[in-house]
Amino acid sequence: MDPSTSSDITLDINGEKHALLVDHRTTLLDALRERLDLTGTKKGCDQGQCGACTVLIDGQRAVSCLQLAVAAEGRHITTIEGMAEGGQLHPVQQAFLDLDGYQCGYCTPGQICSAVAMLDEHAAGWPSAVTGDVRTEAAPPELTPEEIRERMSGNLCRCGAYVQIVEAVTRAAAERTGTRPDGIAEKPADPATEVSA
Amino acid sequence: MTTATTGTTPPAEGAHGSPHTRVEGPEKVTGTARYAGDVPFAELAYGWLALSTVARGRVRPVDTASVLAMPGVLAVLHHGNAPHVNTDYAGMLGPPDPTIAVFQNDRVPHRGWPVALVVAETSEQAREAAEALVVEYEEEPHDVAFDAGRPDAYAPGGPEKPDVAEKGDLAAQLASSAAVVDEEYTTPEEHHSPMEPHAATARWEGGRLELVDSNQGSAWIVNELAKLFSLDPSSVRVRSEHVGGAFGSKGVRAHQVAAVMAATVLQRPVRVVLTRRQMFTLTGYRSPTAQRVRLGADADGRLRALEHDSLSLTSTVHEFVEPSAGVARVMYDATAHRTANRLVRLDVPTPTFMRAPGEAPGSFALESALDELAEQCGLDPIELRARNEPETGPVSGLPFSTRNVLACFREGADRFGWAERDPRPGIRREGHLLIGTGTAAASFPSRAIPSTAAVTAEQDGGFTVRITAADVGTGARTALALVAADALGVPTDQVRVRIGDSDFGQAMIAGGSMGTRSWAWAVTAAARDLREQLALGGSVPPEGITVRSDTAAAIGALTETERHAYGAQFAEVAVDTATGEVRVRRMLGIFAAGRIVNPLTARGQLVGGMIWGISMALHEEAARDDASGATVGADFAGYHVAANADVPHVEADWVTDVDPDDPVGIKGIGEIGIVGAAAAIANAVWHATGVRHRHLPIRPDRILRAEEDRAGARRG
Repeated sequence: MDPSTSSDITLDINGEKHALLVDHRTTLLDALRERLDLTGTKKGCDQGQCGACTVLIDGQRAVSCLQLAVAAEGRHITTIEGMAEGGQLHPVQQAFLDLDGYQCGYCTPGQICSAVAMLDEHAAGWPSAVTGDVRTEAAPPELTPEEIRERMSGNLCRCGAYVQIVEAVTRAAAERTGTRPDGIAEKPADPATEVSA
Repeated sequence: MTTATTGTTPPAEGAHGSPHTRVEGPEKVTGTARYAGDVPFAELAYGWLALSTVARGRVRPVDTASVLAMPGVLAVLHHGNAPHVNTDYAGMLGPPDPTIAVFQNDRVPHRGWPVALVVAETSEQAREAAEALVVEYEEEPHDVAFDAGRPDAYAPGGPEKPDVAEKGDLAAQLASSAAVVDEEYTTPEEHHSPMEPHAATARWEGGRLELVDSNQGSAWIVNELAKLFSLDPSSVRVRSEHVGGAFGSKGVRAHQVAAVMAATVLQRPVRVVLTRRQMFTLTGYRSPTAQRVRLGADADGRLRALEHDSLSLTSTVHEFVEPSAGVARVMYDATAHRTANRLVRLDVPTPTFMRAPGEAPGSFALESALDELAEQCGLDPIELRARNEPETGPVSGLPFSTRNVLACFREGADRFGWAERDPRPGIRREGHLLIGTGTAAASFPSRAIPSTAAVTAEQDGGFTVRITAADVGTGARTALALVAADALGVPTDQVRVRIGDSDFGQAMIAGGSMGTRSWAWAVTAAARDLREQLALGGSVPPEGITVRSDTAAAIGALTETERHAYGAQFAEVAVDTATGEVRVRRMLGIFAAGRIVNPLTARGQLVGGMIWGISMALHEEAARDDASGATVGADFAGYHVAANADVPHVEADWVTDVDPDDPVGIKGIGEIGIVGAAAAIANAVWHATGVRHRHLPIRPDRILRAEEDRAGARRG
């Protein structure tokens, strides 16, 4: 590749370093998908409107289609492939699975990454457009369905799984603040009975 | 938490009827499920389509020299050099839409039509080269203006078989009616917009053409590609393991044809993925409609006259009808009954099937008109529908297999709190919000298409089902595992279902709410035969014991009947008279849709359909610019589909409704959820504001203008 239009970079993804030569035009999304075979991050619109390509950059959610790969050097990137730890699904992943928070599954990696970061944003006291009291000294707002809908609206789901997505995020949020402070959900023995209960 | 269970469905025996999470769910939540554009290939080349910038005309000879000299560019295909394809055939849906036969001549039939494919080593190189390619046109005047008064509208099907059904003397019955509704309703151009853009990778492997694709039926795609490229169908293999939504848009499209051409010319794998913007002109859409409904009734609401006339558009090169008038042929009878679908041909892309084609826009018009008639007669809208329940098919005269629409209304009214509703419009105010509720009926045909399946008893005690089904998000893979387990009498985890590979044989596509019904029939037939064979005893050889089924004879032997799914939709809205914003506060849909195989995923599909109804009622509208012939704002900013914050708690449930003629009792649930949903919301907006909104979507400016008109009338 022409050195005037390409660069050697190292990307830190899911705790692993990846050295690669990239065309300067390459987005972070395309670098993940086409160069590193991390295809869990999806391309839905390639222009920052759908959220399917959401990843975490230094812990905050970002649409990877609007980031150039060269600009992501030195940042900690977490993709859907890095959400499960030690073979154990992240509580948000488990809740999407158990409560059917998806249909075709294409927006799902972005929804899950977005939800994980959103729960952190909420815990840090960030308000949303529907938060009543936005003073900095106010307590974090209760994570109502209305708050979740607003905070998850950057991730489109054309199948219309929003109701189940809100249910899944609600459960994951409750687990985070509830009985298991380590944030790891107990895997239900039978997801089917969990749902019909 | 709301559950997927229901109080009205009796507990089912065996595996199906119990909620089950998706068998491919762990892959989908961890990002390891590979969709068409995710499958890696060595030596992969990237194709990028260049689209026409005029709506009608001819492409001048394309000068490719400067683009071929750009870094990484491998080929530029256009009408001057592309391989020939054959379009003189009839496939599953009839003759192919000529707009998929790219680069065959210099004619441009619509704006945004492929005029070239640039192939390069990387997608960045291909994209830049495609944008650099200069294509010149001999532009001709175009016409893309759709409206109800088009003098060139015609009845499709030709003079022998026009799409018109009529009986009785309409004028006479209208003249003798105590109550008459005569209104025009319109719906705009709507786009499927699945989250996964269309993607296909083509390659030649061992003398066979292989396509890794995202489609609604891999056997269907094989048949079409084989005919287009004059190949033996056995020398084409199409795989489509995971599909990121389809909704009618994922059949044979220009990008697959272009990918096959490029792979053939270059003899290496070529992937063509559409951009979101390209999807607006290359993957079909729902035609706008202009519908006139005339209802005449006695004072007690019994219909004497019903006319539903719908105009839709198609391209200049292919006839596709959005059959919106068809819903009246199922739902309501009248002494005089006339339904007609008409078309106008314009310089636009060919529209296609989109979730509940016909029923979705048709039910908006018809169910809105019923609500207007109920108002005129001073009747409850549900009572009006009860008084007009037909004994037999209004047009066919055939008996109904099961028709449980009133059971849906009863259950829904009870759970929604309909009995407490004050019918008067425009009287419930919360600050600057006006509150209202509305209801509408739903119906969608239940059909089955012959399919083949294979079920194998493996030596390790497990079972493998092979069928060319497609799971476009419906949960088909999981449903078929439950169905097979039930027929085999084994636990679900002993059954492995393999789908999305044309080598598994002919099968119905995921479409028309027919997929799961058609596939489950074939899987059940093979599994039952296998179970009988195994019951005879003996050991399973290393290659297993495989039984194949073909449902052609069984489906051919079905007696003709009116077989449909039904539903009752309920909505509550709040209309902000200051901003014009309509928000749906809650929705409930009760359906009679045959046997529900997996309540967990069925609920998702039905609720998803209802959310499409919210989106259709309030948001979706593709605007076409008359001057350029292009869609304005062809992206998710210009074309808004319902986002999470647009959607309240939506509930779906069902009543017992088992089809007696189907071995599994399935009717199909892919489309019934959207039918009637927009009408229920529009009727709720009337109940809130006292103003009828007959044009979708019900945008803030339409609400505000209606409020201004009303204020002006009061002052007047």
